[in-house]
Amino acid sequence: MPIPDTIPLLNLPWADALFALLAGVMLLAALLVVTLRDIIRCGLALIVCFAALAGLYVLLGAPLLAATQVLVYIGAIAVLILFAVMLTQAKAAPTRLVFQTQAIPAAIAAAVLAIVIGLAAAATDWGEAGRRVATGTDALATLLFSDYVLPFEVVSVLLLLAVIGGVYLARRGDER
Amino acid sequence: MTLQSLDTYLVLAGALFAIGSFGFLARRNAISMLMSIELMLNAVNLAILAFGAFVPGLAGHASVIALFVIAVAAAEATVGLAIVVAIYRNRRTPLVDEYDAMRE
Repeated sequence: MPIPDTIPLLNLPWADALFALLAGVMLLAALLVVTLRDIIRCGLALIVCFAALAGLYVLLGAPLLAATQVLVYIGAIAVLILFAVMLTQAKAAPTRLVFQTQAIPAAIAAAVLAIVIGLAAAATDWGEAGRRVATGTDALATLLFSDYVLPFEVVSVLLLLAVIGGVYLARRGDER
Repeated sequence: MTLQSLDTYLVLAGALFAIGSFGFLARRNAISMLMSIELMLNAVNLAILAFGAFVPGLAGHASVIALFVIAVAAAEATVGLAIVVAIYRNRRTPLVDEYDAMRE
């Protein structure tokens, strides 16, 4: 028995329902990242947010980017952040004061920023097509290794430099 | 009218960017600020991929640029966290408002 195109009772396409679910999870997790008191929980909410974003990338027709998101962001960056949390937090309970004194002006500024971005995005004609264009991995690889091969090499050198710099910065300063 | 259009994706990316900017401005912990930077980079990536999916001329290029953004974000996280760990080793605190050595 095939699955119907729309959810039976709500008359809502499956893709739209999935989009609403992923977008809600992503925004909720992002809000938890910036508001939770315990920083370990912030890091775990960050992982949830990255995973929901990977789902959104799949909906946008970029499966390779979704896989990269899971590998690099969840597998590397989030784990790196959690390690740094364990290295730098005090043994005592989390600090009583989570926010700076400028938290309320920052909240107002962020809300204004979101409204301005939303209005600008809605008011501009981007020359978009009605339907989505998926990017296959083969087309992506052809483009990456033909037109973008110089930036690709530069990025690999940058990553090497960042790793060496990170090791230099984070080592113990006994012999310095 | 479908729920998924370029505008909804851009509004979503704008909301995520605003949440990240609020976290960067308001949190006291240096690692929380780095997490907020990652949120903002992800918002930009979402906007780039939305443009790639909906504007026909940008189709492949957007994915390539998003890959570069992810690679640069990885480099940024490495160096940023190393700096935070190095400062913590000297000052014994991760709270940025206690880093006041250059104030007086």
